[in-house]
Amino acid sequence: MTMSMSMSNATPEFARRIRTHTLRMTNSGGGSHIGSVFSCADILAVLYGGILNVDPAVPDSPQRDRFVLSKGHAGAGLYAALAERGFFPLEQLATHYQDGSELSGHVSHTLPGVDVSTGSLGHGLSIAAGMAYSGQLKSAPHRVFCLLSDGECDEGSTWEAALFASHHGLSNLIAVVDYNRLQGIGGVADVLELAPFADKWAAFGWAVREVDGHDHRALRNSLSAVPWIPGKPCCIIAHTVKGKGVSFMENKVLWHYRTARGAEFDAARTELEAHS
Amino acid sequence: MRDAFIHALTDLALLHPELLLLTGDLGFGVFEQYIARFPRQFLNVGVAEQNMSGLAAGLALEGHSVFTYSIGNFPTLRCLEQIRNDICYHHANVKIVCIGGGMSYGPVGFSHHATEDLAILRALPHMLVLSPGDVWEAAESSRFLMDHHGPAYLRLDKSHAPPTHLPDEVFTPGRIRTVRRGTDVTLAATGGILGEALHAADTLASMGIEARVLSVHTIQPLDVATLCLAARETGGIVTIEEHTVSGGLGGAVAEALLEAGVHPAFFYRMGLRDTFSSVVGSQQYLRKVYSLDAASIVAAASARLNIAIPTSA
Repeated sequence: MTMSMSMSNATPEFARRIRTHTLRMTNSGGGSHIGSVFSCADILAVLYGGILNVDPAVPDSPQRDRFVLSKGHAGAGLYAALAERGFFPLEQLATHYQDGSELSGHVSHTLPGVDVSTGSLGHGLSIAAGMAYSGQLKSAPHRVFCLLSDGECDEGSTWEAALFASHHGLSNLIAVVDYNRLQGIGGVADVLELAPFADKWAAFGWAVREVDGHDHRALRNSLSAVPWIPGKPCCIIAHTVKGKGVSFMENKVLWHYRTARGAEFDAARTELEAHS
Repeated sequence: MRDAFIHALTDLALLHPELLLLTGDLGFGVFEQYIARFPRQFLNVGVAEQNMSGLAAGLALEGHSVFTYSIGNFPTLRCLEQIRNDICYHHANVKIVCIGGGMSYGPVGFSHHATEDLAILRALPHMLVLSPGDVWEAAESSRFLMDHHGPAYLRLDKSHAPPTHLPDEVFTPGRIRTVRRGTDVTLAATGGILGEALHAADTLASMGIEARVLSVHTIQPLDVATLCLAARETGGIVTIEEHTVSGGLGGAVAEALLEAGVHPAFFYRMGLRDTFSSVVGSQQYLRKVYSLDAASIVAAASARLNIAIPTSA
């Protein structure tokens, strides 16, 4: 699928719908990570709103672009994006986190359109690098996109994969780091500082761009121009706000785990609707 | 065993262009011929086993048949979660190969001894666990793995039993091989320590005890039927492994027999008991230290049969 103008113009609405679905899914199911989804909802919307060559009619097409959600705790957001794109019925979203559901809290490959199950941090980039290396061996045109959290850049395995990708010139691999600077129970600055973050990726041999992770045009411009440097994997450091879209969730570590109930749910829904 | 593996893989790589061999920067002097012939089917990922295992999963999901290779615990325990989540959960076609099962790396030290791997790997869903006892079993296991689609663990020992196979024998994964007939006691061994069991059986025979010797080259899935038969037909079962007695061969056999309602006359697990192999010495020396050599097997079996060991034995 190539990106159409209508699609590109529609990605802010797509992002709003991802957030609204996630608000409902985490409310009814009880599982959260809502702040983590809101943080990357715009990235997901831009990717699934035209960048990724994927077709819900042929979810396993060998020609498709691969997508690895390494920050598997944002599974609700990916489910919402896939359901919006028609990979499975929107009604299925209501089963999220419920007994007997296929929609586990951390993303599961048993669903059409999900390439890899994740949940434990620091796994995704290695898997994505394996897929990209395979594509390179086969001279296949598809790309492999991997969305990481900043917290999982604490994991040594992420950097093992980063070394590998640049050593082998995996220019078909694109990492997007959701750099909201809030991790599980504290801020990146307090827990384990990553700065100078862009310098680290560059030192590991990646082509790096820093963008506003909520600016759809900026995201699209960078993502549609990969690879930026021949023979190098690309890393987008997406500067984001955890909980983006609902004022009282923004930049609050509390909303990594909290579920919006009652008045909070109503207030969040009202705020999201106001943006439509 | 290592040479048998790499020879088998070299034969297979020609027929299977999807085969990829990954190493965590180990195998000096081992892979040269393979690399010269199949440079595009070899990848040294560096000293990074977590990445190696995740990469292997990604490659396998793209249709490759991947072998990961390293020594001791490096391809297994170091990256256990990648094996569990990325390989096993996705049923990825990845074969994990360890050279240096048990105390193969003797004086190198405990860090290089794989003495809990069988217990841990067999606990993983979808995982096939192979632990050959002689060179023929190692070669046949390696060839079989190419046809097996899914996660598997191949534990190669530096030691090996003398050849035990018949000229026209067909290797059947998951089927225990009876490498010596006998009805007085069963010695069930896995890995190269099978050689000690066979040696012990010779000594026992000189004492009038006919030991049945089983090579349990497949730990998971376990050949329960052959074990039940041995429990019924022989006086008792001794399991022998260069590995902890907790959860490995001995544990697996105990689970299987009890669940099948079959009670051998006696049952004894030979292996390491709540200990690290911290003594310095060759594999052979360490087997003596940890009571896993042929003489210790003779002593364990004869004591349980209430037969005194003659001083000449």
